[in-house]
Amino acid sequence: MAGAELPTPRADRPDTQGPGLTGCGSCAFANAANLTKLGVDPGRGDYIAAVAGNPNTGKSTVFNALTGLRQHVGNWPGKTVARAEGSFQYRDYRYTLVDLPGTYSLLSTSGDEDIARDFLLFGRPDVTIVVVDATRLERNLNLVLQILQITDRVVVALNLMDEAGRHGITIDVRHLARELGVPVVPTSARNGTGLPELLESVEQVANGTVVTKGVRVQQRDARLERAVSTLARRLADEFPGLDNTRWVALRLLEGDPSIERAVRDGTLGGLGHGARLAGAAEEAS
Amino acid sequence: MYGVSMATGAAGTLDQLGRGDRATVTALDVEGAQRRRLMDLGLVPGTEIRVDMTSPLGDPTAYLVRGSLVVLRRSQARCVHIELGEA
Repeated sequence: MAGAELPTPRADRPDTQGPGLTGCGSCAFANAANLTKLGVDPGRGDYIAAVAGNPNTGKSTVFNALTGLRQHVGNWPGKTVARAEGSFQYRDYRYTLVDLPGTYSLLSTSGDEDIARDFLLFGRPDVTIVVVDATRLERNLNLVLQILQITDRVVVALNLMDEAGRHGITIDVRHLARELGVPVVPTSARNGTGLPELLESVEQVANGTVVTKGVRVQQRDARLERAVSTLARRLADEFPGLDNTRWVALRLLEGDPSIERAVRDGTLGGLGHGARLAGAAEEAS
Repeated sequence: MYGVSMATGAAGTLDQLGRGDRATVTALDVEGAQRRRLMDLGLVPGTEIRVDMTSPLGDPTAYLVRGSLVVLRRSQARCVHIELGEA
């Protein structure tokens, strides 16, 4: 029977990851077999992965597809007001996946956007999946570029590719990945297309098999550059262990009131611990 | 500046456009969080913008910016300086 020749996924076949069988090891069937959806798993994962993106791009759909959870998916902004956590195992690693509220920017301030911003800035996820709407790519790239200013460990999920196809939009994915300096994976999370490839990229970035170098926006003004580096140095002195001092310095120069407040009352350095340990504290209580 | 006939290249503010008009953003005359928000939504100098839909009284109005719809109140649209026609 011809069916016997289909690439049936078999967990007991040890040679699927062998170098001689890369064709099979990287195919969708083999990868789907390597994913275990763990739902809400109390244990800490090996890696923390964040799901970020503009509102209404399919973040929660990606989250649910990977964790097997049924986090509420809806077509309106502000739906995910706090972050949701779930877990999955892919090959040898367990991941804690954090679904962040949708945000257009890391710079504007509304309550749920602050959650996303603080987690990305100070929670230090091992990998950040930025879900972008392929039909509104230009607007979505604003957030991608902002995230690339604070972390290189990014995988872009070019979502809603099915819808883009219906609108006659084609995207030069390789070119985009080259310009951004991070992997770009086309997906339609709704029907699961591209998720095996997404997992593959997430693993490679998380464990460092692929070293990414995100594009940095150049500070063209020499005076601004000088001001940023001076202030960043002082911040590093004042708050030892603080991540992304340059980013914080730039915000201070712009007069961001929430960052000013955090510096004034000394909570700035605590932000990172707060974001990362919040989950652990909940378990302990 | 107000009341001039909006020929190509004429300058004005976004609220002066009619349905189907195309323009290019030249400046944002607003500070703070509102300015940040408009820029996050893609309204930066050099951006092409088109009036897509208007409500019966013209307030609010939906604009097409970088492939997505942005709906602004008239008071917000007044802050966006434009030049008629595409860049």
